[in-house]
Amino acid sequence: MWTKSFIMALISVIILGVLSLSIGVYDIRGQEDGIRMLFITRLPRTIALMLTGAAMSMSGLVMQLITQNRLVEPTTTGTIEWAGLGLMFVYLIFPAPTLVQRMTGAIIFSFIGTMVFFLFLRKIKLRSSLIVPIIGMMLGAVISAISTFIGLVFQMSQNIETWFVGSFASVQVGRYEYLWLIVIITILIFLYADKLTLAGLGEDVTTSLGLNYNRIVLVGTGLISLAVGVVAAVIGNLPFLGLIVPNIVSMYRGDNLRDNLPWVCLVGIGTIMVCDIISRTIIRPFEVPVSMILGTVGSVVFIIILLRQRRLG
Amino acid sequence: METAYFNNEDRSAGAFPSKKDERRYWIILISLIALGILASYGLLVYKNPVPISSPSFLPVVKRRTVALTAMIIAAICQSLSTVAFQTITNNKVITPSLLGFEALYSVIHTSTIFFFGASTFINFTGASSFIIQIILMVLMCLILYGWLLSGKYGNLQLMLLVGVILGTGLKSLSSFMRRLLAPSEFDILQAKLFGSVNNADIRYFPIAIPIVIVAALLLLIYSNKLNVLSLGKDICMDLGVRHKRSTIYVLILVSVLMSISTALVGPLTFYGFLVATLSYQAAPTYDHKYIFPMALAIGFLIITGAYFFMYHIFDAQGVVSVIIEMFGGITFLAVVLRKGTL
Repeated sequence: MWTKSFIMALISVIILGVLSLSIGVYDIRGQEDGIRMLFITRLPRTIALMLTGAAMSMSGLVMQLITQNRLVEPTTTGTIEWAGLGLMFVYLIFPAPTLVQRMTGAIIFSFIGTMVFFLFLRKIKLRSSLIVPIIGMMLGAVISAISTFIGLVFQMSQNIETWFVGSFASVQVGRYEYLWLIVIITILIFLYADKLTLAGLGEDVTTSLGLNYNRIVLVGTGLISLAVGVVAAVIGNLPFLGLIVPNIVSMYRGDNLRDNLPWVCLVGIGTIMVCDIISRTIIRPFEVPVSMILGTVGSVVFIIILLRQRRLG
Repeated sequence: METAYFNNEDRSAGAFPSKKDERRYWIILISLIALGILASYGLLVYKNPVPISSPSFLPVVKRRTVALTAMIIAAICQSLSTVAFQTITNNKVITPSLLGFEALYSVIHTSTIFFFGASTFINFTGASSFIIQIILMVLMCLILYGWLLSGKYGNLQLMLLVGVILGTGLKSLSSFMRRLLAPSEFDILQAKLFGSVNNADIRYFPIAIPIVIVAALLLLIYSNKLNVLSLGKDICMDLGVRHKRSTIYVLILVSVLMSISTALVGPLTFYGFLVATLSYQAAPTYDHKYIFPMALAIGFLIITGAYFFMYHIFDAQGVVSVIIEMFGGITFLAVVLRKGTL
């Protein structure tokens, strides 16, 4: 793992992290309470970026393994929309939900949604792997139509609207700590990596090797839902991160999950940091939500990946 | 088989499996049209706040006529284009709204105001701008999808996926540009982007209606070719139909219809799907000469009926399109699950 290129990548991510700490309207070096500010907003933000970047790109990777399809990730399976629906229900039940309540709702619904999608895939014969993300996104559209309907009836569409734009602007001490859960999830995924790789070979191979395929899928889905749900409740929607990062990594490094996981985490962290730095500097002193940058850049990268696949056949 | 062949009553040389099906088709079609007309009549005059003798009765009807016209245009555009699109893609579970028209529409508007400012944007209304929009949208679709369909690796599914992703990307791009606008510009833009049958721009009608009629007629005339196209690429080429060329021709018509519908009443994802699915049930035939009219009748009834009930019976304005979308979406899931293959 500790090859020269990995160390280089690590160093560049650290440089990005330092850069991310030093960018901002408030001059933390010039002002006397600069250090305090650093710990109140800058550091939490950078940590939040690192954790979500790792979480989203890993969830994408695990989903791609389980479905044996490279074009799958939380945005192309409707998982994000399910998380939104979950948040909506929490707002319905509790008038002023706490972050824990919102997170629980998002996690449970992401789990249900991801399972629904997986069941869908198993029940249906597919003519082409390209159809999978199309169906996933239509599934997502159905769910968001339901959310919109509930939102209109109970006059809550604004909650969902603001939620749907993922941004790190409000991250500060006391508001992001739940993201640390991602560290635990990451460790669990590392421990489970070999089994997930086997599950990626298909149900028959897994079963003949003496493993319980359904259990692996269930645990994998549970881990993804935890990660996606936490990110959804704390940050919001971050499109395409889980798709572009694993694809770029496997383009250069092949498909061994355990070997690739550190790379995926690292590239995920780097990507989201770059996007966040852009989002903070492009209209200084204001900032745009990072999800918009990710959506725009991510879709371009996604299309390039697709076209490259077409050329390779 | 043989008895069926000699039995004149059941013999089928036409588009339907049997005479009975044909009869059923006509009965359904006529009753749907009748119900549709009833619903639109209801939309026009039901619960008119002023009595029929009052001089302000007609203005109210006139205002409602605008909404009704928008509904009819939307019904024609969405129904025909979805059926045609499903035929050329050979897939009955996708809709042309996947191609990202809505996102393209909002990008065109946002970038107008973004690059040229609010004053240009306000002047950018009326007939000529509408035509420019449509041309831009059709042109972009044509370049993009023509390119994706051509070449050795041309592939419809790839085209669709690129369309979906592009739609998401363009949506992000335009919301990104919207963030950079001044609040006053943003307000102007927002008013424009929220299309619905009730604020359809009446100035667009004189252009939209003829274009829709021409495009719809062209599709109807093309029915026979569409019947062949529905057999798939290989058979199609065996039978001497130029597959790629016909596909692109149909795509142009579809994108014209979809652009107009989006520009007039805003995005509708599952409405067209709902209509097309129901039409295949109601018209058990391969022949587009029969499917198209059925789709039109169903589309017409769904949209007018839904608006009539929601406005005048349940008094739930504003949620109509959402409800149509939700039902369409749920139908979509049911169809996919029942079919078991994609």
